[in-house]
Amino acid sequence: MSILSRLIFLLIFIIAGYILYRRVSFLRRAILLGKESDRTDNPSERLKVMGLVAFGQKKMFKRIVPAILHLFLYIGFIIINLEILEFVIDGLSGQHRFFAPFTGTWYVVALNIFEFLAVGTLVASIIFLIRRNAIAIKRFTARELKGWPGLDANIILMAEITLMIAILVMNATDQALADKGFGYYTQIDGLFFSSLIKPLFIDMGAETLFIIERVAWWFHIIGILAFAVYVTYSKHLHIFLAFPNVYYSNLKPKGQMDNMEAVTNEVNMMLGLPANTPEGEAPAEIARFGAKDVNDLSWVNVLNAFSCTECGRCTDQCPANMTGKLLSPRKIMMDTRDRAEEVAISIDKGGPGLEDGKSLLGDYITKEEIFACTSCNACVEACPVNIDPLAIIIEMRRYIAMEESGTPQQWNAMFQNIETSFSPWKFSPSDRFNWADKLKAEETK
Amino acid sequence: MAEMAASGESPEILFWVGCAGSFDDRYKAVTQAFVKILNKVGVSFAVLGPEETCTGDPARRAGNEFLFQMQAVSNIQVLNGYNIKKVVTACPHCFNTIKNEYPALGGHYEVIHHSTFLQQLINEGKVTMQGGGGFKGKKITFHDSCFLGRANNVYEAPREVIKALDVELVEMKRCRTKGLCCGAGGAQMYKEPEPGKKDINIERTEEALDTGASAIAVGCPFCLTMMTDGIKNKNRENDVQVYDIAEMIAKDQGL
Ligand code: SF4
Ligand code: SF4
Repeated sequence: MSILSRLIFLLIFIIAGYILYRRVSFLRRAILLGKESDRTDNPSERLKVMGLVAFGQKKMFKRIVPAILHLFLYIGFIIINLEILEFVIDGLSGQHRFFAPFTGTWYVVALNIFEFLAVGTLVASIIFLIRRNAIAIKRFTARELKGWPGLDANIILMAEITLMIAILVMNATDQALADKGFGYYTQIDGLFFSSLIKPLFIDMGAETLFIIERVAWWFHIIGILAFAVYVTYSKHLHIFLAFPNVYYSNLKPKGQMDNMEAVTNEVNMMLGLPANTPEGEAPAEIARFGAKDVNDLSWVNVLNAFSCTECGRCTDQCPANMTGKLLSPRKIMMDTRDRAEEVAISIDKGGPGLEDGKSLLGDYITKEEIFACTSCNACVEACPVNIDPLAIIIEMRRYIAMEESGTPQQWNAMFQNIETSFSPWKFSPSDRFNWADKLKAEETK
Repeated sequence: MAEMAASGESPEILFWVGCAGSFDDRYKAVTQAFVKILNKVGVSFAVLGPEETCTGDPARRAGNEFLFQMQAVSNIQVLNGYNIKKVVTACPHCFNTIKNEYPALGGHYEVIHHSTFLQQLINEGKVTMQGGGGFKGKKITFHDSCFLGRANNVYEAPREVIKALDVELVEMKRCRTKGLCCGAGGAQMYKEPEPGKKDINIERTEEALDTGASAIAVGCPFCLTMMTDGIKNKNRENDVQVYDIAEMIAKDQGL
């Protein structure tokens, strides 16, 4: 390769790296809009869960067909990216197939694995496109996927397909050129998949082949870089975020809700008990009970939102959603992400940020959605990357109940019953033991 | 409990009855059945009686953290006052709250759901099957309570108890980790559902009926209500029964 093309290669790399750096630091700011929350306990357990769920894709295998297809994309993504190493070395040093001379048969083996995965990825992407668009599986046609999210999914699948075709064409033309003894191209015997399409190219002239091979090469490397940038703007962020997201996921029993220390202090004060905060330390000022906007959530909730794959497994299992209620846990996550992004962009531009007159609850998520949840944890259980939509729902209920007193009438009545007769139903507390009367009567008989 | 404490006794377990167990007409039968089993086995136990109050679970799940903590703190004061170590309850919501959420407020107890407790009694040979109740060979399905199953990973204990009755346990399509909610959790028990096309308990009842089971076993007062309502809605109350697992054991024992 000429010096010029080497410089262009370097330039493209620097530009992509810069864009990525800016985007990643933006995402960091957006996630840290959320409140502090300590999830650093028990690192060994966290690593184990990350290994199983994120790396090992354990929860994907609850549904075997998409799991296997997804596995192709996943392994394809990881392994094929190893090939990028050679691309980079070639691109910067101006050599061709840098590793070939000294890795011998290993090179052929590696290339065959890449080609096999490329074909697997190709096939998986095509089937995924069909599932999404022609078979129109229910979880891919919900209201929250209309517009950009649906398009995003299709774009990435098409991109995968073109990138994989580029790899195969590149290898096929490369070998067609080697057959002709053209330039620096050397024969690599035994490339299974690309040799299948090689016949398409052998009648072409060496010049044409060279152009095709170079175009495929550049297309592939630029495509991968563009892909890397694109991913950070899309639901495909989960490729990276799934790992920290699972690492920081909740390890406690799913039924356990976090205790609100601020409330504990007030309750203790009301009951005349010592406060939980150490002597002399004023209890931290609490801005708000529960969550109205993204900054009231914890950073883990927001990280969850950016890690969401929009797969809809949660919504698919949600009893409220399947019986026609508005609630969709996936939409909760997507709304949270959209709002966090909106606020972070606004802050970056020097805009009003959180004070833009909008809020997550109200402008994105409605009370009707929040009230429909049965806290059944089906969404949490179903999520392949351990996202917890229920945590956000509960925080919003806390806001509605404690800041707005805006809970449904029947709940207010239930609250009142608990306050006055210590039971959610209106029974006299002194009747609590009446169930035993029947037993006592039987005993004395 | 007050009586026991007054006479200086301390029971082996505290049976936490729960509000449904105390007030719900249908569910009182479950409380009675469980107590009969405890009496028969000769377990030393006590109940708080009028000193028991709502754990606060529905308030907490509806967002009212104040009310929850008020309830929790006063319950913990009572429990700690009696120096309670071990709590058994038939309600998965009480179970979850006392087990997982009271520790943060100073209430530390060993908490067991009655399904696990019954399983232990059976395993230890303290309860041996008598063949009463006519369950033998019947097709029975078990409906997982979310707060027992997904929330706390108790899936097998209730199933073991049912299987001990020598029945044919048939599973619904969605069971264990994938079990479908009855629709009552998260304080839904206390309000009408949001607009939709169906009630959740109907969806679940249909699934239970699809198994062809002659009885639906549950381990939760709310599931019991929801499934019973579902069966009535489908006009099947004459041929399909809904039981709590404690009732099944009590029936088997002729209690
Ligand atoms: S916890 Fe709420 S949002 Fe999640 S599946 Fe259950 S009802 Fe749906
Ligand atoms: S929250 Fe989890 S299950 Fe739901 S759409 Fe996102 S990734 Fe899928």
